[in-house]
Amino acid sequence: MDGLARLLDTFFNTEVAARYWPDILAGVWITIGVGVAVTATGLALGFALAILRAKQTPWFSIPIVMFADIMRALPPLIIIIVFFFAFPLIGISMSAFTATWLSLSLVLAAYAEESLWGAILSLPRGQSEAARSTGLTWWQTMCAVILPQALRLALPPLTNRVIAVSKNVALGSVVALSEVLNNAQSATSTAGNPTPLTMAAAAYLAIFIPAMILARRMENRMQWRV
Amino acid sequence: MSSSPILELVGLRKAYGPLEVLRGIDLAVRAGEMVCVVGPSGSGKSSMLRCCNRLEEPTGGRIVVDGTEITGGGVDINALRQKIGMVFQQFNLYPHLSALGNVTLALRKVRGKSAAEADALGLAALKRVGLADKAKIYPGQLSGGQQQRVAIARAIVLQPKLMLFDEPTSALDPETVGEVLKVMRELRESGMTMLVVTHEMGFAREAADRVIFMDGGAIVEQGPPHEIFGAPKHERTRAFLTRYTSWA
Repeated sequence: MDGLARLLDTFFNTEVAARYWPDILAGVWITIGVGVAVTATGLALGFALAILRAKQTPWFSIPIVMFADIMRALPPLIIIIVFFFAFPLIGISMSAFTATWLSLSLVLAAYAEESLWGAILSLPRGQSEAARSTGLTWWQTMCAVILPQALRLALPPLTNRVIAVSKNVALGSVVALSEVLNNAQSATSTAGNPTPLTMAAAAYLAIFIPAMILARRMENRMQWRV
Repeated sequence: MSSSPILELVGLRKAYGPLEVLRGIDLAVRAGEMVCVVGPSGSGKSSMLRCCNRLEEPTGGRIVVDGTEITGGGVDINALRQKIGMVFQQFNLYPHLSALGNVTLALRKVRGKSAAEADALGLAALKRVGLADKAKIYPGQLSGGQQQRVAIARAIVLQPKLMLFDEPTSALDPETVGEVLKVMRELRESGMTMLVVTHEMGFAREAADRVIFMDGGAIVEQGPPHEIFGAPKHERTRAFLTRYTSWA
């Protein structure tokens, strides 16, 4: 066999691919499911924290800053391991899905909070003063004047972070979450051929390239009308 | 009715820590009156204005607007602020909303008007400032003078009892100052009560009912424009006006 044939046989083996594609596909659904769940809860929690922080009372601000700093400093892998392996020792057990989802949600929340808070801070003070001077409450000002502008400013860092954190669903493999990469590695061991890893790579491209295109579309659509 | 005060400041004080920016201001503005406040930077003009709708919290004294004390506890400041329109030096239009969206936001959110009702009132307000044709335009596409006129429409659409202007022409190109002052004159002729912090001495002299000269956090002198500009009693007023009129 020449080199090209060996490469094709090793990484693009159609026979192996045919045998293991149902496993890879099952993993794809898990990865998408956890990724979507993490995006929803992570952004929701992050936005809620940024809005609470905008109240500028130390009772909220100090714990939020501590949470955001710790969650951004720790490697997500360690957080997943703590939830899955350490928490059962104090009587809190959770599935691999829950441990991965919860960990990555907290990490995304920390980054989302920082992005949105930074955007809120960058808006001129006159924006909220103008709204309050016409009788809007703090909350109405937040919803109608501050958040629409802050979200637009925070969108590029937010979409980057959503993609980065969603990719970390692969870390769930350490707690035996049967996502794409984990299934691909098992299949690779069983088959003695790395073609399933090629398929996993293809699956990642198929999931995340459309996500990136969607993100870019949103960013373009929300540009300032000047 | 023209003698009843719409705004009354009694011994108004404001301090940031040890720094006293307002040292006991007493002032009454009658219904339909236009009062211009002039004075050097840091004299407390803007602080006084911003206390009148409690964007700044006064540290002492009382503020009465249209018969209601707004400084006491248990005051619904959001309800009161609808009676007090404010126009800022930097316009502070909402960049994500069209001119009409800017003008109608409080009508919809605070007054609970339907979109159709709010749009009709908003268009009428834009018409008063001569910008009915710009309703759909976003602030970024408007000139400074047009933005400030939209900001005035945003305030008057709530039919306030009192309008506060915080150096409304200071951020404008010289060629657009005139269009804003024209709108303010028309507003004054329609009977609006106005308190205007300004550096436009020509406007204060010709349009104001009364001019207040402030320095060092206190009112130094006040009176009709021809007295303040023609025969100022205090040395500080004279020195300030000489400096200003020598530039103009």
